[in-house]
Amino acid sequence: MSEELVNIEVDGVPMKARKNAMVIQVTDASGVYVPRFCYHDKLSIAANCRMCLVEVEKAPKPLPACATPVAEGMKIFTKSPRAISAQKAAMEFLLINHPLDCPICDQGGECELQDLAMGFGRDVSRYAERKRVFKDENLGPLVSTDMTRCIHCTRCVRFGQEIAGIPVLGTIGRGEQTMISTFIEQSIDHELSANIIDLCPVGALNNKPYRYRARAWEMTQAPLVSPHDCVGTNLSAHVLRGRVMRIVPRANEAINESWIADRDRFSCEGFYSADRAVKPMIRHGGDWREVDWETALEAAARGLQQVVREAGPAQVGLLASPIASLEELALTAKIARALGTNNLDHRLRRVDFRDQANDPVAPMLGCAIAEIERAAGVLVVGSNLRKEVPLIAHRVRQGAVRRGAKVSFINPRSYDVRFPVAASLTSNGLGMAQHLAAVLAASLNAQGRPRPANLAAALEGVTPSAQHEAVAATLAAGDLRVILLGALAQHHAAYSELRALAAALADATGAQLGFLPEGGNAVGAALAGVLPHRAIGGRTVAAPGLNVVEMLAARLKAYVLVGGIEPADLVPSPAIDASLRGADCVVAITPYASEDVLASASVILPSAVFAETSGTWVNAEGRWQSVAGAAKPAGEARPAWKILRVLGNLLGFAGFEYVSSEEVRDELRRELDSYVGGVTAAAAFAAGRLAAMDVTREVTIYGVDAIVRRSAPLQATIDGRKGGAGGGGA
Amino acid sequence: MSDSHAHADTGEALSAHVRAEIDHWLAKFPVDRKRSAVIAALHAVQHEKGHLPQASMDAVAGYLGIPPIQVYEVASFYSMFETRPCGRHHISVCTNISCMLCGGEDILAHLEKRLGIKVGESTADGRFYLKQEEECLAACDGAPMMMVNHVYFEHLTPAKVDQILDDHK
Repeated sequence: MSEELVNIEVDGVPMKARKNAMVIQVTDASGVYVPRFCYHDKLSIAANCRMCLVEVEKAPKPLPACATPVAEGMKIFTKSPRAISAQKAAMEFLLINHPLDCPICDQGGECELQDLAMGFGRDVSRYAERKRVFKDENLGPLVSTDMTRCIHCTRCVRFGQEIAGIPVLGTIGRGEQTMISTFIEQSIDHELSANIIDLCPVGALNNKPYRYRARAWEMTQAPLVSPHDCVGTNLSAHVLRGRVMRIVPRANEAINESWIADRDRFSCEGFYSADRAVKPMIRHGGDWREVDWETALEAAARGLQQVVREAGPAQVGLLASPIASLEELALTAKIARALGTNNLDHRLRRVDFRDQANDPVAPMLGCAIAEIERAAGVLVVGSNLRKEVPLIAHRVRQGAVRRGAKVSFINPRSYDVRFPVAASLTSNGLGMAQHLAAVLAASLNAQGRPRPANLAAALEGVTPSAQHEAVAATLAAGDLRVILLGALAQHHAAYSELRALAAALADATGAQLGFLPEGGNAVGAALAGVLPHRAIGGRTVAAPGLNVVEMLAARLKAYVLVGGIEPADLVPSPAIDASLRGADCVVAITPYASEDVLASASVILPSAVFAETSGTWVNAEGRWQSVAGAAKPAGEARPAWKILRVLGNLLGFAGFEYVSSEEVRDELRRELDSYVGGVTAAAAFAAGRLAAMDVTREVTIYGVDAIVRRSAPLQATIDGRKGGAGGGGA
Repeated sequence: MSDSHAHADTGEALSAHVRAEIDHWLAKFPVDRKRSAVIAALHAVQHEKGHLPQASMDAVAGYLGIPPIQVYEVASFYSMFETRPCGRHHISVCTNISCMLCGGEDILAHLEKRLGIKVGESTADGRFYLKQEEECLAACDGAPMMMVNHVYFEHLTPAKVDQILDDHK
């Protein structure tokens, strides 16, 4: 990229601009407004709407600002009579075939065409002939279409090619019959597909579930952070009468740019499901009785106290969902430790805890999300990247497609990633750990380095193939190289081996070791000490408690479930039902009273979903993002941090006098400022022989948490129909 | 011309001849610009099948390593490509300005009446296909004119049209 500057003049104002920058980029950067439909700063330049025509001195006719590079001495006029007349003419052409159905169009009030027609359109149309009409496309359950409204800007077409990597929409036909279409009927099967709703400048592509639900100007907007994956995607909720009507992206270049995953956009369809818990409830024998909050909270406190008194605190186990807010996680940990138990966990789908002592203090990415695009080499170990963390997959894809990053995968099977892959190491008789060991061996051989003592047994007899050597070579050079451990690695029965090998490989190559944990707050949970073996900031615990698997196998007398935990969030086991249903006291702090919860809980304390509570989410970068909440909790549901606070009071513990979630956060922050443990994963774990079988569990994209599982539109997609929380060993 | 357009194709691969034809064109373009051969590839398929069945377009996309939609875009854009089954003899009547002034629309009306079909349709016996002509066919000096199977017939009268139809069995 050239940093050479040229002198130009825009509307009589002299300015400097980067050579070869397009006029519209310069005007945008300097706050000069130029109207446009097809130009979008994240997409390639098409220059087909002609709305951005501007006058350039010495040019014989107006030029499109989006496709005209600046040159030394160029004089640009964006508001001269010639420019305005060209823009008005372009607008008149665009409106020829556009229907005048704004009153029944969902885009009305937030429509770029409507806005620009106000500024550049004629009062009365001169066009009296027939308008062309198209049949609507069926693009699946997420995006509604009104193709007659389309102005052929092709943003959606370019999005498919350049961002999603799945070009499904195209420009079909010619002349007046040109239409944006899939040609053959097919839905857009991509985890970022619904971003075309925001890209579409008119009402051709709209949010299907939200259709006719509200008008843009009636709603209020409030910021949110997505809890569904470790990206910390910035969202805005649009709220009417206290209820979330829809969710849209909130641009943040450092995290999600202007994109959000379909999971982030449509999880709100699960907020008000039929089984939403709206009143506190207490079990009486086989019956549930709705009670007031005081009664329910007292019953919960009494139940826990009784177990502690009669059986000891070791008979109490607490599980918190990694989608819960940092405040909820911190208070859960505080209650557990005040009760006197370390039976506390948030790693709900993990099975291998042998090397948990060497877990990093928090499972972080090791670099900024935006930096992933600039990595020269990326090795993804155990992740169906597109489905687990769609926006990280997008960053990796941009690196591979635009910068030629060498991306390799070690997975139980290969996944369609829609970008050039340097190597895909799957099975072929070898387990993931064996492939990783071979890459490590190749890297050590290439550098003539000795094999680490703790991995001697694991590396014994490992002979890398040419492919393993090639993968090692992709990590050998470049400013930034990353090794990412995804959910398929973290759920793996040999996670300890995988992590020790990955750490050794990072050590040998100088690559960054990063983690892609499940849930939007796994990093926050680890920092808050929602772990059996560590307290806040990785402080050691004298006597480690039971992990999630042990807790559910141990048939404890009392469980506390925080954040809408359901069996689908846990490692499938017959012990779960027996443990939860056989316990004396199960306190469920949950937004949903599902059948499983009704069958096992003794008290249901209905909690707010993420959009209904103030709170903080810590993403995989370690970035703390606090939001104030957007909507009113459904029914009598309360934010979980308040429920836990009062529960702490009723249990008689000191230090539960918070009046705001910020106080909870700030207290944790102070504790972390004074101490954060340092554990280097470059591990002492002595790995033995490596298995050729991969025992891990894949969770489908729309099965990750209780909210997403209740979103009917997401479940109706092709990915959703593959099964809510399905997946078995691979 | 083959009659394979009469029945739907079921995902069969491209014939050896079509593949050879595509390879011939691919050799003319840089190796990373396979998309450039899509027009030639579709010509080869249509020559063999009479039109472009979706399965064949998908096969072309697969052969060139491009998304199917990029083949559909090209096939639907050019009026020379037929994406639906159509009659054997392709008739295009020019109704652009010179022909319009000289009675091209009357010629078209005569054809529609004689064949009993509208523009864009084929006769039930699969003999004639009355194409939608998008643009001037560049024979203004011979207006009104039509093109049958890429052969120009000029200075038309209804009687002449009848004779031409009779000559195409």
